[in-house]
Order: sequence, then structure tokens, then C-alpha cells
Amino acid sequence: MIVGAGPAGSITAKFAAEKGASVLMIEKRQEIGSPVRCGEGIARRWIENVGIPLDRKWVAYEVEGAKIVSPNGTEFHIDERHAGSEVGTVIERDLFDKALARQAAKAGADIILKATVMSILKDNGKVSGVRVEQFGERFDVKAGIVVGADGFESQIGRWAGLDTTLKAKDITICLQYRMTDIEPDPDYCEFILGSGAPGGYVWVFPKSEDTANVGLGMQLPKLKKKGEMRGYLDAFIEKDERFRKGKKLDIVAGAVSTCAPIERTVADGILLVGDAARTIDPITGGGIANACKAGKVAGEVLGRATQEKDFSAENLQEYEKGWRELLEEDLYRNWMAKEKLVTLSDETFDMIIGTLAEVGVDKLSIFNILKVMEDRHPELVEEFADLL
Amino acid sequence: MGVKITDSGLMMVDTDLCLHCGACVGSCPANSIFLNEVIITFDESCTQCGLCVRVCPMGAIDEPEEKKEG
Repeated sequence: MIVGAGPAGSITAKFAAEKGASVLMIEKRQEIGSPVRCGEGIARRWIENVGIPLDRKWVAYEVEGAKIVSPNGTEFHIDERHAGSEVGTVIERDLFDKALARQAAKAGADIILKATVMSILKDNGKVSGVRVEQFGERFDVKAGIVVGADGFESQIGRWAGLDTTLKAKDITICLQYRMTDIEPDPDYCEFILGSGAPGGYVWVFPKSEDTANVGLGMQLPKLKKKGEMRGYLDAFIEKDERFRKGKKLDIVAGAVSTCAPIERTVADGILLVGDAARTIDPITGGGIANACKAGKVAGEVLGRATQEKDFSAENLQEYEKGWRELLEEDLYRNWMAKEKLVTLSDETFDMIIGTLAEVGVDKLSIFNILKVMEDRHPELVEEFADLL
Repeated sequence: MGVKITDSGLMMVDTDLCLHCGACVGSCPANSIFLNEVIITFDESCTQCGLCVRVCPMGAIDEPEEKKEG
């Protein structure tokens, strides 16, 4: 039983069903993937590794790379092959999620929609399923394991006693407009740093020549007053003549975790995957790549556990170890870097981007950036010494 | 045009502004907020810490009137 039919849920469902598990995905929305709650940038590179064939149906647009812009307007460009997990294609996220759910269904998974999980059921202290509300009726669904793929707002983990509670400094709040009749840079996904988005950044991800997702993320402690986010995003748009006269097609709000890896993602009869497991990249705020990578591991482990009829925490350790091998080191390093990045002044961002633009860097990673900075500005790198 | 507000006595939600995005649900330190994709509710474990007021990207959440007055 998988709660949530986003990318994490569908990939987990697909791989578990392929290994013979009987899978039910429960989705609280009436339509999978909609409304979209995402910046929609993903890299080409990792997609096929998790068994998702790139499909024209859900690729809206392709870019050459990332453009990182400092507060004084200095630009640093990097090719999409070296620009992390979020840069390369801009997708139609609603169609992407449906495509993944279709793969899960094809592998044998069942799906029910507009169904909200109200609580986890236990039998003699053992997880035995969930109570669901759908179309005004409540009913119980029996299952040997409950997978929480229920996103940022995950309840499954907290109900099951897994500590997924976030500190305010590890929460980033996001607001985005899909805008049309604008002039985004057609070749790049743009990331704009500095005090226009304190503790985060502004993004412009083109969906066509005249349409883009224009959004902003801010670290929660930087927000002091009710409703401040809209002011920041509106101010950015007003200031930039490429966007000022644009029209909004869509408004998207949400939040992401920017925390260090959590201690446990499995318990007896419980497994967390995706944003629910807090595996969002703390620097970019991107969650899909890690959700899919961990989902593949989860599905395979669940397939085996189903054959063995054993969903104990102990028997799920292979998942706990497996996803950590793939992601933990990067998540931890990026979280440490984020802790520093949120403290930097506009002048420091200007200095870093200025140096990168001049010297260049092969592959965008915190380590490589620090290496480049070490020669020019050793005083800055000193603060990041732990990361080198 | 009246603003539609639900007041649980714990927190107030302006339902005209709420986009049901779940930012408050995942951020709540007490796990007191529940969202069934349409309706947002606060349960009695809410400590009225006010974090969700700053979290909400739309500014749809506020403290209840009686608390503000007090």
C-alpha cells in the first residue's frame, strides 16, 4: 500500500509490482499530477537510469544549461551535462506524473483517487493497513506495509513515530507564477541569487520561447510577516523588464525541506520515500531525481520483502542502506553548504559568481566551486573548510 | 465581497487565499494541521505558535480574532 501517487509513489509501485508485490496506490487528489506544484526542471541524465524513457509528451522544453546570476547581474553559465539534477529539460509535471503512474499500473499496481488516508491501522501493535475516506465514506484497507510517499506534508511518517519534523531553518517556502508573453532566456534555466530572495533564489525555467515558470524560494526564518512571499516575487517581476508586462497562467505555492538526512526512514510495516523521507536537495530544492532514485531501491526491496512476507524494520534495512549509499553523502554536504549560503551577503555572491564566470568550473558541485575559490579568495573558503 | 474565513478558534484561514499547497501542514512543529486537499483543519494539539502564519506563501493564515485582541 503506497500513500501518494507522485513520482516517488509511482516508481516505488512500479518496481514493487514488477517483483510480484500486490500494490495499491492511494492518491488524495482527484487527478494525478494536478494541480502542479513544482518548478518543473529536471536533468536528462538520471531519468533513464531509473527506467523512465524520455517522452516528448511530457518534455515541454529543452535548455542548454544553467545560468547563475549574481545580485550585480554577473552571469555564470554551465552546460546542462554538468549542472546538477534539475537542469536540462523543463517538463509538464502533470503529464510526467501521469506517465509514471501509467507505468506503475502497467506493472500491475492498482490506483484509487480522491482518497484521503485518515490514520494507520494496527493489529496487536503491528501495522495492518490504513483508514481511508473517499467520496464521503470511510473504509479500511488492509496491507502488510504502508509506504509514505505523501510528499512534503507527509503524515504517515509522523503518525508512525518516525521523526520527520523540520526546524524552521530547514524549510524553504516557494511561490511561482507560470507567465506568458514574457522574454525568458531561451537557452538557460536561470537561477538568480541574493537579497531579492533571502536564503533562497529566484528561478526562471522556460517552457517555451515566451512562457516560463518564474518562482522564488525563501528560507522560512527570513520571512517575518504574514504574506510577505508575494511581495518578494511581485517585486522581482516588476523590476525585470523581460517579465513586467507578462501575464500569469498559473499560480503555484508550496514548501520544500532543506535539511540534513533524517535518522530513520523505515519502521516495522512503514517505509518513507521521496519528499516524505526528506530527500530533497538542500541547495536546489529539487526533489524528483532523489525521489525516483530512492523509489527504485524501495520498490525492489519491497518486492523481495513481499516474497518473504516480512515487512519488519530489520528486513527493510536494505532500503535504508541502499538509498543512503546513493544520496546521503551529497545530501549532507549540500545541507552543510546551504547552512553557509543562507548567511552570505550580496557582495559575497557577486565575488563568487564573478570568480566562477572568469575561471569556470567543469562540473557544478560545492566541492568544485570551493576549489576554484580557494586560489582567489582563501578567506571565504576558510569558512567552508569542513566541506573540502 | 466578503472574505471567506474559517475560524477554528485555534487559527483563522482565509479560504479565498488558500491554495491547498500543504506548506503549513509539513512545516507545523506539532503536526496539528490536516488537509484533505480541499479543507484545512487544525486539531487541538495546535499550540498557536504562529509559524504557519509566516509559512503560508499566500498569507491565508492568521491568528484568531480573540487572540489578536487579547
